[in-house]
Amino acid sequence: MLVIGGGPAGAWAAWSAASQGAKVVLADKGYLGSSGATAPGGTNLLYLPPDAELREAAVRKRYRESGYLAEPDWIHRVLDQIYENLQRVESWGYPFRRDENGTPMRDHLQGPEYMRLMRRAVGKAGVKILDQSPALELLADDHGVGGARGICRLDGSEWEVRANAVVVATGGCAFLSKGLGCNVLTGDGYLMAAEVGVELSGMEFSRQYAPSAAFGTVTRGRLLNWATYFAEDGSVLQADGSRAGDFLPLMLSKGPVYAVLDKADTEEKRSILRRSHAIFFLPYDRAGIDPFTQKFPLTLRYEGTVRGTGGIRIVGEDCSTTVGGLYAAGDAATRERVTGAKSGGGAFNASWAICSGTWAGRAAARYALALGGRTGTRALRPAGRSGMPAGADSPAEMDAKALVEAIQQEVFPLSINYFRSEAGLRKSLERLNGLWPYVHGRVPATAQGRVRARETAAMAATARWMYTAALARRETRGMHTLAEYPSADPAQRHRLLVSGLDRIGVRPDPVSLWYEGEPALGQEVRA
Amino acid sequence: MIELVSQERCVQCDMCIRVCPTNVFDSGPDGVPVIARQEDCQTCFICEAYCPADALYVAPYADRTEHPDERDLIEKGLLGSWRKTIGWGPGRTRLAAIDTTPFIDRILPRRADP
Repeated sequence: MLVIGGGPAGAWAAWSAASQGAKVVLADKGYLGSSGATAPGGTNLLYLPPDAELREAAVRKRYRESGYLAEPDWIHRVLDQIYENLQRVESWGYPFRRDENGTPMRDHLQGPEYMRLMRRAVGKAGVKILDQSPALELLADDHGVGGARGICRLDGSEWEVRANAVVVATGGCAFLSKGLGCNVLTGDGYLMAAEVGVELSGMEFSRQYAPSAAFGTVTRGRLLNWATYFAEDGSVLQADGSRAGDFLPLMLSKGPVYAVLDKADTEEKRSILRRSHAIFFLPYDRAGIDPFTQKFPLTLRYEGTVRGTGGIRIVGEDCSTTVGGLYAAGDAATRERVTGAKSGGGAFNASWAICSGTWAGRAAARYALALGGRTGTRALRPAGRSGMPAGADSPAEMDAKALVEAIQQEVFPLSINYFRSEAGLRKSLERLNGLWPYVHGRVPATAQGRVRARETAAMAATARWMYTAALARRETRGMHTLAEYPSADPAQRHRLLVSGLDRIGVRPDPVSLWYEGEPALGQEVRA
Repeated sequence: MIELVSQERCVQCDMCIRVCPTNVFDSGPDGVPVIARQEDCQTCFICEAYCPADALYVAPYADRTEHPDERDLIEKGLLGSWRKTIGWGPGRTRLAAIDTTPFIDRILPRRADP
């Protein structure tokens, strides 16, 4: 079987599949160990001891926050699975800290260490790793998916892997916004899945931005809890580090915002913070700014579906899709089953990556093994169209740079995508639809040009899916808002599925209601 | 963005070419990797972590180039500083082993409005 993507979800899928006895290939656009949103920095994790009461309370809280779109049994499954997998990570050599009582604190992973360890584990399990080898398209026949084709960025050679099952773990889409580690996340897997007829779910839940230094890329907001915020004229905007509500988007819409971590007011505190999120300090240290005493300018970088919750629709507990042999994991998959309408940013998404990777890998391996050695004889067709030579219908070369900038102009501005309104999104979607024909221009011949053309098509499609879904959700629920509809509508407590490329369809997907008798149903969803 | 591959320090292992998530480096004619697509650099610093010779420097600026002077970087202790911070390399303690993240909420400042 084949795993596309070498972040945490792909690594766990490959390890899990190999543990089932399948022959596994993992292909990553970059390098398993350095690729993706997790590797450069680090990640928080859900880590609750197996105490039934504690876990039930956590699940109920999350369910309420999810806008009642999550599913409590899935949250429980994640809590169970993550506990097991983090024990395994420790047994592989990750040095989790212990508290004064000797209890392991397995709720945070340093990215470089974690992903280097995952590469070792995946290699030891016998997985063949193709680095610098982005997949460009899936191969499929009437029975489903049977492999993929791609290109090696280093020498331009093409590769084809025939596999009985494929796990798409390509991450979300952050539109090249330069959030830490996120520029490899361009929605490639969404596009590949949509081309074989799979729907996407929850794409309207894509309204998340992360603070970073205005000049830098390190999107780590947690240490801003120790900040005081200032306006250009030096007046204090917020003294206690809180960014609750729309604080930063509102303030940054008015003018520059500066922060200083002056609440870390002792050497001891500063030292603790430096050894927690070390990468937070790197840009300031190198720019000659002492962030504990000197003000630094902030910006918000758009995080798209990476911290959103939408992605490939999964229909089974094993992360299967509606197409045979195709599975989705991590941010490539919808995370609504565990986070609903609330951002899965941080602990939930990281834990989901580990768990969904484990489940998808195991199921894909079993599917592949059951199918046996027939994949070589299948009459598979390459499914790629948009941003591919096969889909080009114009002699003019596609101008990827200009197209990417035009897409970014629709999804980056807070005025369009954060302060969402029906009127604003409708106009933006019209402009995005106007760009769509241009991703069918002639594709440049270089390896880099071919990859970027495909990424551009994926970003154009993702933006259109996002806004199509956002316009169909005529209410405010979780992270999705529309100015014209400022409250939740109980009649819209369903998921939204989008599908198609040239013409995008959208339809509701009902979700069972759990915990009958929850108070104020649908009213407190913006908690 | 990536600004420097030190000719003097580089041991031509090509690790940076292999690990760069955004394919910024190409093999150079003399074996030392070249920064072929600087504008594609996502300023994630991970190449520095993997460079065994501390030969790379990523400036903190996402959107502008800096052209730093190598000797100046060495004097300031910046070449190899990220690898040192995460504790990779012989004789070093891994950052993960002294990670304080599980404990930082103990020093959270008190909020007026919780």
